Amino acid sequence: MSRLDQIFVLTGHWLAGWAPAALRPLASAVLAIACIMAVFATCFALTTLAERKLLGRMQNRFGPNRVGPCGLFQPVADGVKMLIKEDIVPFSADKTLHFLAPIVLTVPIWLAFAVLPFGRNMTAIDLDGGILFFFAIGSASELAVFMAGWSSQNKYSVVGAMRAIAQMISYEVPLVLSTVPVLMLAGSLSLNDIVAAQGTYAFGWLARWNVFTPWGLAGLFLFLIAATAESNRSPFDLPEGESEIIAGYLTEYSGFKYALFFLGEYVGLFAGAGLGVTLFLGGWHAPVKGLEWAPSWLWFGVKFAALIFLFIWARATLPRLRLDQLLNFAWRFMVPLSLVNLLVAAAWYWTGAWPFGGAAPIRWVLCAGLFIFPYHWLGRALRGPLPPPRKYSYAE
Amino acid sequence: MLNEIIFLLCASLTLAGAVAAMMLRNLVHCALCAAGAFAGLAALYLQLDAQFVGLAQLLIYVGAIAILIVFTIMLTRGDEVRPGASIASPLWWVGLPVGALVLACLVGAIMASPSLLRLPAGAVHAPVRKIGEALMNRYVMPLQAVGLLLTAALLGAVAIGLREPRDAESKTQ
Repeated sequence: MSRLDQIFVLTGHWLAGWAPAALRPLASAVLAIACIMAVFATCFALTTLAERKLLGRMQNRFGPNRVGPCGLFQPVADGVKMLIKEDIVPFSADKTLHFLAPIVLTVPIWLAFAVLPFGRNMTAIDLDGGILFFFAIGSASELAVFMAGWSSQNKYSVVGAMRAIAQMISYEVPLVLSTVPVLMLAGSLSLNDIVAAQGTYAFGWLARWNVFTPWGLAGLFLFLIAATAESNRSPFDLPEGESEIIAGYLTEYSGFKYALFFLGEYVGLFAGAGLGVTLFLGGWHAPVKGLEWAPSWLWFGVKFAALIFLFIWARATLPRLRLDQLLNFAWRFMVPLSLVNLLVAAAWYWTGAWPFGGAAPIRWVLCAGLFIFPYHWLGRALRGPLPPPRKYSYAE
Repeated sequence: MLNEIIFLLCASLTLAGAVAAMMLRNLVHCALCAAGAFAGLAALYLQLDAQFVGLAQLLIYVGAIAILIVFTIMLTRGDEVRPGASIASPLWWVGLPVGALVLACLVGAIMASPSLLRLPAGAVHAPVRKIGEALMNRYVMPLQAVGLLLTAALLGAVAIGLREPRDAESKTQ
């Protein structure tokens, strides 16, 4: 195991070694927390800039380019603006809840990072039920959204909060169900075991990531869609709906409290992307055997950045859905498909023992077919009758 | 020492949340305090190294039941108790015997169970894997029965929820 691969672990041990023996566990915990918060807060700043730049690029405009070289200091300017802005609390607001809501939203989202393996030996706490912890801790954010909407005593805020909660509850079902095949085939709830299960190589060179199987590919897409909806990002950003309910539950927030909500949204997305990498993209493993020399945390970072880019791309490309479309999509399409995916995973497991030669491609096609047929059929059934061809009275 | 401090924090969160959920006048505040009490209880389970129970408590009580309570309050009634009115219902004394009975049952059950025996630390260890194996082997039938029951309840709820719009449509037609 190379020095470079373990550089953060070794540095951490070395730094914690300075503390007196009794305080050593506490010191290493504080170190891990500080590292996670520093890295992902920096990621947040860079992502806001990258997102605006990329959105600009995709929409054929410049994006921020005035603060510093190429607009690089834009996040700093934004941060300073957020910090010194006046904090306005509406007169009739429930002051305590209005104050607590951003905190209740942000704290659990940070906690979720505790179980993610960022590299070899780089998990803050290796819990037996790591993925259970991830989802359990995330469920507090729905309450926080409700607190924010209700305490503002503003009809737009309440409507936005109700929309957000309905959406988060609906998409939590496919989100959790899409991860179940991974747990079934890895036989563990611990994220470290799941990463280890993807660490071998097929044909001697290609990594056995879950995404290279039919159920893994389908699961990754189901997971990504549900994760986008969970973090209220476009095309599922109608709880905020600037044009209809003026930012929903965020309407009455300003200054640093607003910044905390903004941070929470992005950090929640990071946690989702990190879990996606861990479950489907092989965690910190290299994609092919020849590339194992690169440090494991670098692989995690590259895959993580790729997923974040995918989210930004989707935001630039797709229009916002309507609320009924959104909920129908969750309950009538995502949930049945994630259940079908469970069956596909079971089929994949049972066909794994096929003894004859050339079984692998047959198995792949069979399992892919098992998923694609219901996908096609459900999509057709949900589309409904096509509207009649449009008649133009004057244009023809 | 550290363990005692954590225990005191979690226990006071649970107790304070539970008391506040009973005493506050605003229903939404009560619901949120109840959620706080649920979270404190989950923290206590986690401190006892009962990971699965603690995380399930968080997932089900904070993530689902608290949301359900909040939704029910939002969809059914105004959240304010009239100023000057008592927060207790006129039949509050009915609760006394019920509470006493429940307490007696719980105390009886706890005294009869072996959990009061002081076991050496680490003697009982139930990792998530063991619980999963038990659920999938020995207790698979009860698990299936519970699943069936919950599915039936879900379908029933949907059926009840669907009836109203249909009636309204038939009336208007």
